[in-house]
Amino acid sequence: MLSRRNPQLNRHGELIHLLSIEGLPRAVLTQILDTAGTFLSVNDRDVKKVPLLRGKSVFNLFFENSTRTRTTFEIAAKRLSADVINLDIARSSTAKGESLLDTIANLSAMHADMFIVRHAESGAPYLIAQHVAPHVHVVNAGDGRHAHPTQGLLDMYTIRHYKRDFTQLTVAIVGDIVHSRVARSDIHALATLGVPEIRAVGPKTLVPGDLAAMGVRVCHDMREGIRDADVIIMLRLQNERMSGALLPSAGEFFKSFGLTPEKLALARPDAIVMHPGPINRGVEIDSAVADGSHSVILPQVTFGIAVRMAVMSTIAGNQA
Amino acid sequence: MKILIRQGRVIDPASGRDEAADVAIASGRIVAIGRAPDFDAERVIDARGLVVMPGLVDLAARLREPGQEHEGMLESELAAAAAGGVTSLVCPPDTDPVLDEPGLVEMLKFRARKLSRCRLFPLGALTRGLQGTTLTEMAELTEAGCVGFSQAEVPVRDTQVLLRALQYAATYGYTVWLRPQDAWLGGGVAASGAVATRLGLSGVPVQAETVALATLFELVRATRARVHLCRLSSAAGVAMLRAAKAEGLPVSADVSVNSLHLTDVDIGFFNPDMRLVPPLRQGADRDALRRALADGTIDALVSDHDPVADDMKQLPFGEAEPGATGLELLLSLALRWGADSALPLPATLARVTLHPVQVLGEAIGSLASSAGRLVEGGVADVCVFDPAAEWSVAPERLLSQGKHTPFSFASTGMALPGRVRATLVAGTIAYEAPADAAS
Repeated sequence: MLSRRNPQLNRHGELIHLLSIEGLPRAVLTQILDTAGTFLSVNDRDVKKVPLLRGKSVFNLFFENSTRTRTTFEIAAKRLSADVINLDIARSSTAKGESLLDTIANLSAMHADMFIVRHAESGAPYLIAQHVAPHVHVVNAGDGRHAHPTQGLLDMYTIRHYKRDFTQLTVAIVGDIVHSRVARSDIHALATLGVPEIRAVGPKTLVPGDLAAMGVRVCHDMREGIRDADVIIMLRLQNERMSGALLPSAGEFFKSFGLTPEKLALARPDAIVMHPGPINRGVEIDSAVADGSHSVILPQVTFGIAVRMAVMSTIAGNQA
Repeated sequence: MKILIRQGRVIDPASGRDEAADVAIASGRIVAIGRAPDFDAERVIDARGLVVMPGLVDLAARLREPGQEHEGMLESELAAAAAGGVTSLVCPPDTDPVLDEPGLVEMLKFRARKLSRCRLFPLGALTRGLQGTTLTEMAELTEAGCVGFSQAEVPVRDTQVLLRALQYAATYGYTVWLRPQDAWLGGGVAASGAVATRLGLSGVPVQAETVALATLFELVRATRARVHLCRLSSAAGVAMLRAAKAEGLPVSADVSVNSLHLTDVDIGFFNPDMRLVPPLRQGADRDALRRALADGTIDALVSDHDPVADDMKQLPFGEAEPGATGLELLLSLALRWGADSALPLPATLARVTLHPVQVLGEAIGSLASSAGRLVEGGVADVCVFDPAAEWSVAPERLLSQGKHTPFSFASTGMALPGRVRATLVAGTIAYEAPADAAS
């Protein structure tokens, strides 16, 4: 069957939407990371603004609640001088209420230039990208379990900042991988950037064997999973995992897969510990680790603004 | 009306006939096959270069009436059937209201008869309201015209009810039509595997099918009830079916055109047209299904026709309603499979004519001896098609109210073989291709 062109690239291979890291060439990723580097200094200035998106309307369209991610996108857009409109649309049932595409059509009629979309269903931003006018850009701010590409990019920025070279690294991603869009985006980004060993660590209910097809080593033992790792990415464990018979309790999860100083000692002495936030202290990560010298969790947040500025300015500069 | 179909390649999979011949039709019956020089026809169909075959028999087509008329109606969907060369079809009971009352079945049969485009064989609900608790009046429903009993897409969770339903149906020799799917394991939106994992779609593990099959085969072993398994989707399921048939259990099975030609990779970038039930599985599953249909383990190929409104498909993949239109594509997709499998044309056509009629068996009464066949004295349900014609599926040109198909030219970039030129049901012309249909 015919495979359609990657909908986030134009005919020249330039990024017009950011929907997933999967399928993006290394050069595109590297260019965004380089651009983010130039924006970091903007955030340190007295006047934290550049005029790249002046006069553009950026709609934060969040079908799923997230104050943090929405705020970082809002700050990034404002620092690019865009007008930002925030819309928290409680996910309405499709039977009643406005359909997703009707919502998009209405907002398009208000001359939106860019949609930042978060949705509980995997693939929803693809549907939107297929139905917007050619000059409108779409950024996926998290869709179901599928992708969270700006988080993936900011994680890459963080790793590059501390480790410089991707091609010698061992990266362990620990926790609820099956439900994690962050993990998927990280895995694609790490593989594209040449990381030779990516490990997915967790119990079999949260780390299915199918993940091996994405190019990762599946580990069901935490100690084996983080041994000699250069980078450890801890994932947030959602409470609802206990009700779905995936785990018996947060306490038992922490015992086996929580990151404690003792377990961290198995990783490389200069290992960094990352987390997309918000963290659950004592569930996936011990406070001593979260606040310790290996933790780069707060720098991730700072880099996140610059990376999102880089993504928005990059796609806004490319035509469909 | 007396109709003469002249000098087509007449193929009857039942008798093995495959030769250039005339087919003479009068009073709804085939009166002669061969030379009919003295036949004074009111209408002559020139079939030179065309194949004349029994009308197709489709064991799984949803018509959406009553209750879901925004998605499909008898008029549009039976017209689509005729355009696809389908002259008999079996529809599941999950309409609104559910087909669990004889009056509803009679009404549906009556409405279909009035349209005279295609014979309609409804399946009655196995349990009231498909709720899996109380048996329906199977004998009454059979009298009203039901050819078997089904739970459509609603698995019976309570195995005690399932056992008793099979025992009761076996009392009368009724066939129970079930899609093997475990109620709990079947909750996802795509087949478990590398694609679903990568796309972050909730998975339906293959055990959803095999666990249900294991239960069913145990209960069939105990009750000897005749069970038709609808739309197998996996290599593991095929292996279990093969073993059950070898053991002599009274089971038959079908596969949908979707599972026969597509895999989960075709989901691509969340294409909602690929949101199907059962979900598309992996290449090894598709290959096993293709082989099983060729070697007879799977009896019949079905369209799994399910018209879905635009609104219900223009949604994120997981929220989109499953289903695809298929009646107008069944013949072409059978031909494509037959060509891929290097089967002789009569063997290919048997999977959509003779074999499905054998699945129906005595449930269709006297038709059992002539539907799905071309025999002198038998009913004149005939499909005439051009085997050399190719067509590109343009969904907006389909007659079905459902315009969503995974096989649209836009999705596949491929043309399909075979184009129906005329369809006769009970000796009257139910469909004739428009003159410009060469495209």
